[in-house]
Amino acid sequence: MPAASPVEVDPTAASSTEGEPVVTPAKPWVTIVWNDPVNLMSYVTYVFQHYFGYSKKKAEKLMMEVHEDGRSVVSAGSREEMERDVQAMHEYGLWATMQKDD
Amino acid sequence: MGAFHRDRRSKHLVATFTGFEADLLRSLASQLVELLHHEAAVPDDRDPLEALLDFGGPTSAPEDPVLARLFPTAYTDDEEAASDFRRFTENTLRDGKARAASAIIDGLEEGGLPDELEEDDALVIDVELAEPDAQLWLRSFTDLRLALAVRLGVEDDDEEYWASLPDDDPRARAHDVYDWVGGLQETLVHALTH
Repeated sequence: MPAASPVEVDPTAASSTEGEPVVTPAKPWVTIVWNDPVNLMSYVTYVFQHYFGYSKKKAEKLMMEVHEDGRSVVSAGSREEMERDVQAMHEYGLWATMQKDD
Repeated sequence: MGAFHRDRRSKHLVATFTGFEADLLRSLASQLVELLHHEAAVPDDRDPLEALLDFGGPTSAPEDPVLARLFPTAYTDDEEAASDFRRFTENTLRDGKARAASAIIDGLEEGGLPDELEEDDALVIDVELAEPDAQLWLRSFTDLRLALAVRLGVEDDDEEYWASLPDDDPRARAHDVYDWVGGLQETLVHALTH
């Protein structure tokens, strides 16, 4: 919040604009898997295939993104779905986080 | 020794270990179980009654760096959501990881690993895993490698550093174990996908 703002703001106003349905994307949350120096490329590919049911080609593409770019968006969906995916990635020992899709 | 393949007839995942290898693997898995069960996520200095009545899970990241890596913070920009996620998932994840590590211990002991290994034991341990157990081993290999890597400070592209250490350096030997579990995991991934 800019401290210099002279305007008195109704504290409820901020939360009401936050919930405003400007655009409602179909899949507003994403699961991100981050690179780590430990996990084997073959294992990461295996997890993407096995858990998400992705083809070998797609799983390898995502794995290479993690490896080369340091991160990859591996799934998108509702907040609840992404929490399930993140929990599953942690179960597999992958470093995963979730956030709202930009 | 120490490589998985899929048996053509039974379709099970099989591997043969020396007594030494099996004992080493059991020791690593046991340490992981111990860490998961006994290392409180956050130091519990609350009133004992309050602690007893708290059925929820932990809300802040574990202090132990191995546990912090095994249970990463799910929301990087929302502390409250991260706490809630941890409260609802960490205990389940801990139990799952402990169960997976226990599956390694059970599999090795079913394969003939005695409680105490004699020093001159020329034992050979044959492990045969149905697919669900093999999945548990596979996941737990990752947890074991993460634990070793965090303790050792493994980083990307640091192979030269580890190779440069004298052979009798305990860190070099621990890194050899880390590499060995990695090689073992690689053979299991390969066996599961072929």
